[in-house]
Amino acid sequence: MRNPIQKALAAALTASLFAAGPALAQQKVKIGFITTLSGPQGVIGNDMRNSVELALDHLGRKMGGLPVEVIYGDDQVKPDVGKQVADEMLKKHQVNFVSGVIWSNVMLAVAPTVTGAGTLMVGTNAGPNQLAGKDCNERYFTTSWQNDQTPEAMGKYMQDAGLNDVYVMAPNYAAGKDMVNGFKRYFKGRIVDEVYTRLGQTDYQAELSQLRAKNPKAVFVFYPGGMGISFLRQYSEAGLRGQFPLYSVYTVDELSIPAVKHAALGQLETRYWSPDLKNPANQKFVGDYQKKHGGRLPSFYGAQSYDGIMLIDSAVRAVKGNLADQKGMIAAMRKADFASTRGKFSYNVNHHPIQNFYLLKAVAGPAGKDPVMEIQKAVFTGHKDSFYKECPMKW
Amino acid sequence: MILILEQILNGLQLGVMLFLMAAGLTLVFGIMNLVNLAHGALYMVGAYLATYFFQATGSFVLGVALALAGTLLVGIVTELVALRTLYERDHLDQVLATFGLILIFNELVAMLWGRAAIYSSLPAYLQGHVEIAGSFRYPLYRLLIIFVGLAVAAGLWYVVVRTRLGMLIRAGASNRTMVAALGINIRLLYTMVFGFGAALAGLAGIMAGPIYAVQPGMGELVLIQVFVVIVIGGIGSIRGALVGAVIVGVVDTLGRAFLKPFLATVITPTAAENAGPALASMLIYLLMAVVLALRPEGLFPSRG
Repeated sequence: MRNPIQKALAAALTASLFAAGPALAQQKVKIGFITTLSGPQGVIGNDMRNSVELALDHLGRKMGGLPVEVIYGDDQVKPDVGKQVADEMLKKHQVNFVSGVIWSNVMLAVAPTVTGAGTLMVGTNAGPNQLAGKDCNERYFTTSWQNDQTPEAMGKYMQDAGLNDVYVMAPNYAAGKDMVNGFKRYFKGRIVDEVYTRLGQTDYQAELSQLRAKNPKAVFVFYPGGMGISFLRQYSEAGLRGQFPLYSVYTVDELSIPAVKHAALGQLETRYWSPDLKNPANQKFVGDYQKKHGGRLPSFYGAQSYDGIMLIDSAVRAVKGNLADQKGMIAAMRKADFASTRGKFSYNVNHHPIQNFYLLKAVAGPAGKDPVMEIQKAVFTGHKDSFYKECPMKW
Repeated sequence: MILILEQILNGLQLGVMLFLMAAGLTLVFGIMNLVNLAHGALYMVGAYLATYFFQATGSFVLGVALALAGTLLVGIVTELVALRTLYERDHLDQVLATFGLILIFNELVAMLWGRAAIYSSLPAYLQGHVEIAGSFRYPLYRLLIIFVGLAVAAGLWYVVVRTRLGMLIRAGASNRTMVAALGINIRLLYTMVFGFGAALAGLAGIMAGPIYAVQPGMGELVLIQVFVVIVIGGIGSIRGALVGAVIVGVVDTLGRAFLKPFLATVITPTAAENAGPALASMLIYLLMAVVLALRPEGLFPSRG
């Protein structure tokens, strides 16, 4: 490089390369989506991933004119693994958003990591009370709910129905206790007994014998995933379905119905969303999901993950693809200005949705098909969570 | 009173399920000196095959028979392909390799049937209840489980105590070098014992299928309790497995049912509310600790 012209050219080339680096990176929206993809709970993560992919299909794989790349991470239902995956997404992949997360304990490890690194987080399931209350953060949004809201709705419904002598059952861990607390916040009638079972328990015969001996008027349970399938089967098999009406949260859903079929019939649940919710966004989501996945219905896990991607899209569109404008994106997300599968909703000061909760019933499906969840009525309209007053955030 | 009887029956039913799992595991451990973490995977295979064959053939009995044969086959193939090389290795190597097998089996099942729990049910003639006395009724299927479990226990006792094969099994558990030196094909014996153990785990899975969630990883949920059973009963002992399983089943069930009300009479109800469930789920491990402290060999150690 003796020639000054060569030198100048080389310098110019180097400079342009350095300049082009960040510019190129900015030409893509990168989203890290953390969920559970392995093990028995992988079925939930699978539904979430399918719904994220469907949202991207609907957006033409572009947000605000920029191409989108989603990097999926598996948390294996472990907080430490979730945090590690989040770190990798932030440092190695330099993502603009982190989204997903099924489990509250994983979320409590992931959310502070992401927001602390100055990146936006859009949760699409877990709703631990800490993040709705004192630990709320301007970089943290959720498209699902605060954990207590759903059992609150069931408590309200059972209270209004004048039920008394209720037998309460849940697995013995943090979320189990939260669900019962949420239920009791609105249900003021007599509770016969509160029974906490081992997390991951498969056999409930001993508890069901105790239940029958207590002769309650109604039963309220929270048994997510495989526990719910075992519980429903054994409840039916023990002949209790006709004897003691069963009310539940997160126990019967589109993932468990194909496994229990008639054992779910007549089951009452509360939820903010249902496949039969009538609005254009939901009908498009459910219809296209079924077309893409052999007629299978999406679950609420899927619906809120679809919404998560749509919320991110609304933010990127509002700042016209200028991903450096984080303030602008937060302001845009606070408007919840997108077609949600639950219909129009607004955000509370703690970035948790103010939304409706419905009573759902598992009714017989079309001939030869599985039972389906059907909305009976709204229990809450515009329901706020019980922790937002502890959130110091000011808009 | 009736409630206590019913809970003891529940405990017995849980116990015989654990026994079917524990019998195979303790034989394999006692005779082949192999720590087989993948035993739960065979339970899962049994549940899946029974569900699949029941739906495919429309006959529950035929489904059970095909599933039993299927798990036996899967067990034998696993032994021939993967476990043969492990007998001489360290226990840590065995744990690692059989843990790997768990992952392989779970993923295989997820590929074949999907990750979601699959639908399984009972035929109409096994649903419903039996009136035992007055208001005391018990699910027919649960009674059937108790009956099958006890029949298998009796059959195993006969095979182990009264047949030549059983003699070889007992001899193998005591001193395998000697058995081999006497000209017995120890490899064939191992394959047979492992296949047999697999079929027993499969039988437990088959019976669990209609009442539990049939999904990948279902075996690992029961495996820990099964290890507790064989530690309490004594490793390598069928009799120990039966006694241990019934003790664990009854203690666990009675603990879950009555510990909280019992504690409430001793300490304040609020404290009992918190301590009851926690203590009930620890009870079998406390029992194991006590047995280990008093009789480190277990209740019925196999002579060796």
